[in-house]
Amino acid sequence: MSESLKERIPDFEQRSDASGSTLGGALSQPGLIRSGGQALAILAVAVLVIGGIEIWLRASGTESYIFPKPSEIGAALVDNFGLFWPHIVSTMTVLVTGFLIGSGIGLVLAATITQVPFIEKVITPYILLLVTTPMIALVPLLSAKLGYDSMSPRIIAVALASGPIVMINATTGFRRTDLGKIALARSYGASTIQLFTKIRFPMALPMIVVGLMMGAIMGLLTAVGAEMVGSSEGLGSRLLYYSARVQMDNFFAIIVILAAIGIIDYVIFTLIGRKWASWEA
Amino acid sequence: MSDPYISVDRASKTYRTRSGEVEALRDLSFDMRRGELLSILGPSGCGKSTMLWAMSGLHPLTSGTVTINGRPVDRPRPETGMIFQQANLLPWKNVMQNILFPFEITGGSPGPHMDRIRSLIREVGLEGFEKKMPGELSGGMQQRVSIVRCLGYDPDVILMDEPFSALDAFTRDEMNELLQRLWMETGKTIVFVTHSISEALFLADRVAVLSPRPGRLSRIFEVPFPRPRSIDLTLTAGFADLALEVKHSIERSIPASAGGRS
Repeated sequence: MSESLKERIPDFEQRSDASGSTLGGALSQPGLIRSGGQALAILAVAVLVIGGIEIWLRASGTESYIFPKPSEIGAALVDNFGLFWPHIVSTMTVLVTGFLIGSGIGLVLAATITQVPFIEKVITPYILLLVTTPMIALVPLLSAKLGYDSMSPRIIAVALASGPIVMINATTGFRRTDLGKIALARSYGASTIQLFTKIRFPMALPMIVVGLMMGAIMGLLTAVGAEMVGSSEGLGSRLLYYSARVQMDNFFAIIVILAAIGIIDYVIFTLIGRKWASWEA
Repeated sequence: MSDPYISVDRASKTYRTRSGEVEALRDLSFDMRRGELLSILGPSGCGKSTMLWAMSGLHPLTSGTVTINGRPVDRPRPETGMIFQQANLLPWKNVMQNILFPFEITGGSPGPHMDRIRSLIREVGLEGFEKKMPGELSGGMQQRVSIVRCLGYDPDVILMDEPFSALDAFTRDEMNELLQRLWMETGKTIVFVTHSISEALFLADRVAVLSPRPGRLSRIFEVPFPRPRSIDLTLTAGFADLALEVKHSIERSIPASAGGRS
């Protein structure tokens, strides 16, 4: 209540980049738990849902190969974690390597092309093409060229999936140049490099963090998809493996692991956003 | 009379836009002595901000020269500080970090200036706000920070581009008194661009009235009121008479074909 009543003082900057702050607003969403009461309520919902499913599956006598009980999934997760672990490592290696390569190239490209509007206009349609094309489609081709068991086809697919998204968001961020702030820095004799490091980059940071978060999530989707179509390693390959053998408890255990990776990704970037881009709340 | 500290000589500026050329300034010349507070007054679009930005070295003139302390201005110079219409604070830095931002750019050490900066912070009423973020401050408070940022860095010349025009009338009066006090204490040379007659007359030693586009010098008024001036002065008969005279000179400079008022 006190937050909604908090006096907001409008100023020119806030009005001029209203389009940016809606996207940046994704960072200030109440993504992390703020109070003990909230945490308790969230936990209660989880207990209710999981407990409800457990009771319903037991009451209806559903067979485990159709839908395993949450308790069986939990048991599989604990008992077979040693079996899952190499695949977790494989997926995470592919995800982190591909994401670092893709987002690194995306960031550098975004920072460079926004300095030259003409180049930006020429390149943007191609980047959009990369964003909208599902990169999983390339995996069979890459696997045929680079080898089925090699990690590189999957790493390339993840880089191609996350890079363009990071780049598009960063480009939007770098384009949000506030001429007043540029003039301010220039009036003290700022160099081109200082204009970038002291004004343009911090201005773009909220959009960059949003881009990195989206890029990492797209990277995870692509990594799992790539493992399903073109690898015998990684969590994606395990989904096919366990469903083919009707080991539904293991199958769902893998899904729980994937969900956890996604949540960790979200939490990491939300925390980064809190720390470095919280001014745009 | 000794050499002027600031000399503007036949300043002209033409902007090239998509719809053709716009002549913003034509042959504007004036001189200032060191420590003077000059107001540049005129209707919207008379090129007064253009003149100020040319004096800062941020935007070059098409022809003519600006000389400050014997050196022609061709790029931004550390002896010149600028205060903008918006406070222009960096939202990711707190108040103190914003105040020290000029040192971050020039690489100079704020150390020797810290005592003066702290007393400036006290003087403008920002004490206790050093760790606040700009978003937590009102418009008036933000503009105070931007004034301390400029003065803390200790430039010789301060160029102010309608700095209080976005503030409400009461805050504006307060800021005008504050600015006068800071100017009297520091002895800076200040160019103050405004479209408010009473603000110009309250603050300035002299008021330069510009004609509408293209901006030319229409008249310079000497402002005789003794200092320190109180904001009550603006409600006296003598002040009103002078304000009326200034207003008429602005109206006379507006050609009838342009529609009179703006």
